[in-house]
Amino acid sequence: MFVEIAFWFFAILIVGSALVVVLSRNMIYAVFALLFTFFGVAGIYVILNADFLAVTQIMIYIGGILVLLIFGIMLTSNITGVDIRSGQTGKIQMFLAGLLTILSMVSLIYIAVTTKWKVSSTSPTEVNTTIDAIGKELLTNYLLAFESASVLLLIAIIGAALIARRK
Amino acid sequence: MGIGITHYVILSAILFCFGLFAIITRKNAVLVLMGVELVLNSANINFLAFARFNQINIEGHIAAIFVIMLAAIEVAVALAIVLNIYQNYKHINVDEIDSLKD
Repeated sequence: MFVEIAFWFFAILIVGSALVVVLSRNMIYAVFALLFTFFGVAGIYVILNADFLAVTQIMIYIGGILVLLIFGIMLTSNITGVDIRSGQTGKIQMFLAGLLTILSMVSLIYIAVTTKWKVSSTSPTEVNTTIDAIGKELLTNYLLAFESASVLLLIAIIGAALIARRK
Repeated sequence: MGIGITHYVILSAILFCFGLFAIITRKNAVLVLMGVELVLNSANINFLAFARFNQINIEGHIAAIFVIMLAAIEVAVALAIVLNIYQNYKHINVDEIDSLKD
């Protein structure tokens, strides 16, 4: 019962705030709605027994990516002027994009409802935390991917600093 | 009625389509990036839902970790490019940026 209530709460939170992200004309409103979307997704992770991923979601998405996006908006918008709104898309393009979106949404939901998903019949075994298993898996089976990820992060830091620096 | 895998797949499909809509219609490059984030989040919901409904298969969690890491890298590099574009064009409307070099 608790899981149902929590799922519907977070699902409505995610869908509602994602609508604001997609449709709002004001960029600041959009980025703050994105905050609630990320919180809702973290809540869904908690319902899905993914405690480590939920904390990671909050730390990286809300602590890192969202702050970076707000910096991007602040640095590229004329805050003091009226030009905080993003450019307007044409009516025909908006209509076609909406049509494409609704068509893909209907077909995806149809696929989701009609497909017989492969799920294990037994209920999941009780686990207290997934951190042990994730750590073991990362340092055994996925060691190469883990190490190359750290190299990729280093390359991205250097590349971003190099690109963004003033000439 | 319990919450099954279908609920999570439908939620992630809706989130994916919103992200797609943002990517198609937004002109501002930062808002396009926010659409990309929505799409990546919907993929993560799918990974974790299928992991949860298959005896908490930890490989889904590993995939989700790598998706989050790639999202962070992508935003950092993309915002660096956006700032560079802003210095040259004084705007970041993606449909008006049409030259590689001035």
